[in-house]
Amino acid sequence: MTVIGVEKVSSEDDDGFTGKHVIVVENLCKSYGDFQALKGISFVAHEGEVFGLIGPNGAGKTTALRILATLLQITSGKVTAFGKDLGQHPEEIRKVLSYLPEDAGAYKNLTGRDYLEFVADFFTKDHETKEMVQRGLEIADLGDRIDTKVETYSKGMTRRLLVARALMTRPRLAILDELTSGLDVVNAQEIRRIVKQATKDGTTVLLSSHNMLEVELMCDRIVLIDNGLIVERGTPADLKKKYAASNIEEVFMKVVA
Amino acid sequence: MSGFTNIVKKELRELLTRSTIIPVVLMAVMFGLLGNAFSGIEDEITAPPKLGIVNMDSGVLSEIAVSQIGNLSEVQYNGTDVNMALDKIEQNGGTAVLVIPANFTQRVMDGSSGSVEIYWIMKGAGLTDSVSSTSVETVLSTASASISAYLIEHNTSANASIVLSPTSHTDTTIFRSKEMIGISPTEISSMLSSQSTIVPIIIMMIVMMAGSTIISSMGMEKENKTLETLLTLPVRRSSIIAGKLAAAAIVGLLMAGVYMIGFGYYMQSLSAHQNIDLAAYGLTLGVIDYLLVGLSLFASLLAALALCMVIGTFATSYKSAQALIMPITILTIIPMFILMMKDFNTLPTTGKVLIYAIPFSHPMMAFRSLMFDDYVLVISGIVYSTAFAAVMIAVASWIFKTDRLLTGRIGKKAKTRNGLLSFISSLIAKRRRA
Repeated sequence: MTVIGVEKVSSEDDDGFTGKHVIVVENLCKSYGDFQALKGISFVAHEGEVFGLIGPNGAGKTTALRILATLLQITSGKVTAFGKDLGQHPEEIRKVLSYLPEDAGAYKNLTGRDYLEFVADFFTKDHETKEMVQRGLEIADLGDRIDTKVETYSKGMTRRLLVARALMTRPRLAILDELTSGLDVVNAQEIRRIVKQATKDGTTVLLSSHNMLEVELMCDRIVLIDNGLIVERGTPADLKKKYAASNIEEVFMKVVA
Repeated sequence: MSGFTNIVKKELRELLTRSTIIPVVLMAVMFGLLGNAFSGIEDEITAPPKLGIVNMDSGVLSEIAVSQIGNLSEVQYNGTDVNMALDKIEQNGGTAVLVIPANFTQRVMDGSSGSVEIYWIMKGAGLTDSVSSTSVETVLSTASASISAYLIEHNTSANASIVLSPTSHTDTTIFRSKEMIGISPTEISSMLSSQSTIVPIIIMMIVMMAGSTIISSMGMEKENKTLETLLTLPVRRSSIIAGKLAAAAIVGLLMAGVYMIGFGYYMQSLSAHQNIDLAAYGLTLGVIDYLLVGLSLFASLLAALALCMVIGTFATSYKSAQALIMPITILTIIPMFILMMKDFNTLPTTGKVLIYAIPFSHPMMAFRSLMFDDYVLVISGIVYSTAFAAVMIAVASWIFKTDRLLTGRIGKKAKTRNGLLSFISSLIAKRRRA
């Protein structure tokens, strides 16, 4: 097992990626009391790429994503987003950020449309709000059900609404935890297509998933986290080659198991 | 382990959580404090009243009356100077000064009623504050019975009705430097009973309604997994807190308004036959007074909501939120009951501290205090409640900026052992790279 816990963060990543830095994570540590969830991870995410964080349950992926989403405080280390210190300027960063938690919910007493309008009002005003909501309606694609209360939605419908909420704002950074959780194959494919399209418009995506097929399909680069440390990194193609594996699931098993 | 034992263990683990135990412990502590406050009232009921006697009459009947009063009460003054008697009784925390006029014996012997003037020193307008005046009336009726017995024994020529009821009394009540002629403390308490009962109940309802709304809102955010999304939206934490406080205040006031209408009709039907004019005794509120009552209510509601917001951060679900409402309920019920029964000024010191410290008490006291021009208590209460609210809002804002809301822990910066370790490891890494 190769442990790359503390590393140099250079302007040009070790994978030869040369895009504009959106996220720079340096030696990030997070402790909950005596428990160290993150033990010093470092990585750089570039503009317009899908950067994957994978690893077994309890590895520290969600903790890392929650820190990047400005929800948790940093124990030590540094995170810079769009050139700004995340710990110092969380409110600035929230303006260009969208976070989709794994088990997120929506306000049950609102209709799907009301929920999208509620979120859009935080980002824009007047006609721009209408445009944003319209974009959300298209992504959610819930038909007439968009005007019924969220409490009547199936798990898949709720997830579509939440994905729409996360992407309709055209965030510069989308943090997506288990993007297609609860979606059937057809819906999952459609959502992946929408996310990929968003990256072409400049959105950077940090993606965490247990679905290795999804990771392979979506991610430009990945880091594999285990026990709070980054234990492997690279493009899916490079990692498959390095471990002589036919897919990322095999790589995962060889690195972590 | 049998299936039964296994189930019992699991259920106990689920039911006996911090959020269920803490409210029960708080309730036990608060009931203990409540018991202490009420034990004072019980002592007051059983103790003989402290009285002053001003006897201007030298006849036999007044001697009988004075002797009987002395047997049944604690006489603090026995002389002929009314003002001196009043000063002494007021200083010693007594109840009343009984003035027996010069012609008392002669009047009764002549077949008229012997009138005793009672100067009541009223300490409070709560329902139990008139307990001591009842005991004085008992003392007087016993004295009257002794005079009756004397008149019968000595076969006086007075008419039968005077023999059976030889004394009468006129009342003057002194309460917070107001002298009210022709009215007793019991009557004043009865007149103020609507303020004593309705106002605390309404305040309790407003606080409970609004408080439970905000605690439940926090529980629902966590249960429905909407909190994380909300906290990543471009909105200041203070705006989230202020928005939740404002919405809860509106809901609380609306709900309390509906209750007030119903309860108002109920109380009106009970007091419809009283027809006592408070204004006749100078007991009215002006525009500024009403403004102060409104301010007191607003400050108190804000304090309650901010406290509930802090408590709400402990809620992990709607169910746990319901349990967390318990301390707020207790904190509103305690001042409600105490202030219905007792006036703030007649409470023991511990009771005063307890009532003053609970910010919801102040609007409960405001009406009565302003009626008797006690502006210091009302204004200081507004200042205290506002300061309490400010502190609670600051605490809530701080909690919203920490990990507490999501993880149940407060995040620590890198001054810990872990931080030191990672600092050392980064130094080693730098040296390697160099």
